[in-house]
Amino acid sequence: MESISIEGTPKTPTIKFNAETGVIEIKGRSIPENSIEFYKPLVEWLEEYLKTPQKSTIVNIQLEYFNTSSSKCILDVFKKLEAIKKARNEVVINWYYEEDDEDMLEAGEDYESIIRVPFKMIEVVD
Amino acid sequence: MSFDLEDCYTKMNAGEVLLAYKGSITAELITNVLGVVETKLDGVINKSSAKKKIYNILVESLQNLFHHVDELPDEYNDQFDIHFGIFVVSKINENYKISTGNFISVDKVEELKKRLDKIMSLSKDELKELYKFVLNNQQFSEKGGGGLGLIDIARRTDGNIDYSIDSFDEKYSFFNLNINIESKVNKVI
Repeated sequence: MESISIEGTPKTPTIKFNAETGVIEIKGRSIPENSIEFYKPLVEWLEEYLKTPQKSTIVNIQLEYFNTSSSKCILDVFKKLEAIKKARNEVVINWYYEEDDEDMLEAGEDYESIIRVPFKMIEVVD
Repeated sequence: MSFDLEDCYTKMNAGEVLLAYKGSITAELITNVLGVVETKLDGVINKSSAKKKIYNILVESLQNLFHHVDELPDEYNDQFDIHFGIFVVSKINENYKISTGNFISVDKVEELKKRLDKIMSLSKDELKELYKFVLNNQQFSEKGGGGLGLIDIARRTDGNIDYSIDSFDEKYSFFNLNINIESKVNKVI
């Protein structure tokens, strides 16, 4: 299947979803007024990917900012990843947060408590 | 005493004002404002986490405003666009304040009051639980809001918000939300 590669903008993140390597990346800022439009194709891509996923899927989330509209869409992304994991594939979510950014760490922990996929919290030091 | 828009705007402009706006709230405006405020914050705050907190709350409060500015009393029809709102970002000592204002129809007042009073009464842990519950269970509204904005703002400020709702005429009230942000620039971790 085709990979997805989207350049970031001041309000939307850089996206790299690679079906061949099983590496999924969301980086930058996710603060659009209506995030459903942006995330819908990503969730659909994951639905397709979950039919024939790689044995190991690595997810890198490195967000500087995200708004509450995005937080729901990111949960939808994670729910698809949970389904991949449930089908006995390996999935790891690497949640990056900047040093001292307690709010971002806590946001990762919120997801970790909702989604049954192992999270790795990774502090980024300048 | 009846509500006076100019009076309210003047009061909101207390302290050292970084940015004040009165007019149509559009997505494009928000993008521009965020750019301006980010540049200004870069000049006054060194600590990245404090800057991020203010920026995050600003995003959430402006987008909350954006999703709710669809009411305007008839007497302002010639003067303002229907998506009318006010916001002010100011600095008071070492702390920051974001104030927003918009008209709401009177039949929404009770529900909004109830919602805000509940959010303001919750502890940090209770807010976290409510946030997770709404995140996981509530669908997007028609306006694209997720019902999380106010909860998120309360979480990030440790509940340091207040509000007023003033009656304007028989159809509309004016909602003013004040968000106080401790920049914690001097806090040693």
